[in-house]
Amino acid sequence: MTPGPRPPSIVPVALQAATATGAHGHGLEALAQLLAANRSALRANDLPGLDLATAIGRVDGLEGMAWPAAWAAWDSRATRLAWLGLQADGFIDAVAAARSRHGAARIGLVLGTSSSTIAVSEAAYRSLDTDGGFPAALRHPALHAPHAVTAFVQQALGLEGPALTVSTACSSSAKALAVAERWLRLHLVDAVVAAGVDALGGSLLHGFRSLGVLDEQPCRPFDATRRGISIGEAAAYVLVDRGDAAVRLLGHGERNDAHHMSSPHPQGLGAELALDDALARAGLAAPAIDFVNLHGTGTPANDEVEAALVARRYAATSHVCATKGLTGHTMGAAGLLEALVCALALQRGLLAGSAPTARPDPVLGAAFAERWRAEPAQRRIRHAVSHAFGFGGNNAVLVLGC
Amino acid sequence: MPPVFVQGLGWWSTAWPAWPLAAAALRGEVIEPAAPAVRRPSPARLSANERRRAPDSVLMALQVAEAACAAAGADAATLPSVFTSAHGDLAIVDALCRTLADDPLLLSPTRFHHSVHNAASGYWAIGARNHAASTALAADAHGFAASWLEAATQCLADARPVLLVACDTEAVGPLRSVNHSRGLLAVAMVLAPAPGGPQDRAIGWQLQPGSVAAPPLRSAAARSLQANAGAGALPLFEALADSRSTTLALPLSPALVLRLMLSPA
Repeated sequence: MTPGPRPPSIVPVALQAATATGAHGHGLEALAQLLAANRSALRANDLPGLDLATAIGRVDGLEGMAWPAAWAAWDSRATRLAWLGLQADGFIDAVAAARSRHGAARIGLVLGTSSSTIAVSEAAYRSLDTDGGFPAALRHPALHAPHAVTAFVQQALGLEGPALTVSTACSSSAKALAVAERWLRLHLVDAVVAAGVDALGGSLLHGFRSLGVLDEQPCRPFDATRRGISIGEAAAYVLVDRGDAAVRLLGHGERNDAHHMSSPHPQGLGAELALDDALARAGLAAPAIDFVNLHGTGTPANDEVEAALVARRYAATSHVCATKGLTGHTMGAAGLLEALVCALALQRGLLAGSAPTARPDPVLGAAFAERWRAEPAQRRIRHAVSHAFGFGGNNAVLVLGC
Repeated sequence: MPPVFVQGLGWWSTAWPAWPLAAAALRGEVIEPAAPAVRRPSPARLSANERRRAPDSVLMALQVAEAACAAAGADAATLPSVFTSAHGDLAIVDALCRTLADDPLLLSPTRFHHSVHNAASGYWAIGARNHAASTALAADAHGFAASWLEAATQCLADARPVLLVACDTEAVGPLRSVNHSRGLLAVAMVLAPAPGGPQDRAIGWQLQPGSVAAPPLRSAAARSLQANAGAGALPLFEALADSRSTTLALPLSPALVLRLMLSPA
């Protein structure tokens, strides 16, 4: 194992605007209300055509929403979710203001997604044309690509700078923020929209079922009875630049487990290296972290490895929570959605809880239990960390501050 | 922008399964395609069992990653890596969609984890015992240019060499009605923030507003691969096959250009 050099510290980047839509509802206020109430937004799976006993974090109204005729070729659950997500918290206006200030070619877009529009290809395979190809209504090449959601958002926001899709499973949108910071550091652009979008679909639900990590009940991260994940959907966005703002990205770390495609390193090696790098970039030590939003998926192995990392590294006074029982595991969107849970902690002093888990699995030890919080709290904090660990051993850690 | 330095290249296609062969073909020299065409590469860093199970895209990506690191004399265990593909492994996408349509309960865990876009990135990290950052990107037709930009950005932002790997496969089954990628192509390069050897090529670069078409391909070899979704890499590899200084303008969006200025280091 070669840990490699520690990265240099970075100049923080400012979160000038932010929004998130998911099972919690539409916009950051709805997310804050869900976190304050510590209420799970998960429900029994009721997606049409997907007969699977599991809980999901579903966004209401995507099926019936008006879809602009000009974008008929971009129609999919994922692009609908992306579009709905843009319509909250004045996000489109904030981007328009940045566009007139800097010019469209000076604003980058980097979007994390694991499944993009694959559900459209899945649907096409269920209704193939007589020639064996996709049905005529679904023959839009750009819609059947990992970059489809990003290309759509780029058009919807009128952006002309670099546009990139990051697809590293569940760390995707956390890594999107790291890309944004580097683009700003090198002055390739003057502002970046960083995003995470993932919609519910058959490949995700059946894929995780095939791995045996889909809980039939709403997921209970760190609970002794945890059986796996509950998948959710979300669209989260931030607009970042080199200016000043109430909440800033202080550091990011990206590291690989180099262990297994779908199981975490048993000692959390890649996760801890990512944490070390993120702290080094932020110029902080782990005890300075007040609030931690864990990856906390609810699978037995992931939670065990992450609990040991928490016990090893964070201060006993830190407030450590896992919010996937509230929102569902929103896959490629999770990194950014949970960075915004940190932003709410920094901006409003709203420290999330960990419903529906009431007490952590005793096996995870006293040190973890001391740091872990079932209930939300209200207090001013300065430094927050978000963990996002994905398939392929792909780990990302973000440090935010105010 | 300060230049980055190309320290090693990797290439795999069925007709020219290594960079020296491909470089000669891209220079227009008469190079007989490998006969019979090589169907799958066999990267050394995977165990025999992994090689048998891994999708073609993973084998191709690992083969060129290894070759680029070897050519650069770089330590495969420590380089951060940027993997890019317009579509991932299309045979896996086809099998995944077919299974979901026919009987979703038959979807296998192996097929599912092979379907993630970062499958090659994950296998590379495992094979090379590499704990550095690794990412998996896509940007459709602009994917190679956008991912080269990301690799160069990482290289300069943290002043360390970065491995860039691009791989695209051929559409199969019903996907062929919407996905026009044909043939197999994988390429790789190690980009460094400072020159390291006499063979290095310097690439100065900048972003410019404007609209350009992809540069025309000069060689029959490159044109034989232009239907691959990763063909955006071909103009740069043609230029790298030739030792002369040159400038390339690669489209990054309908309104943005990545300008690359190649010269000896």
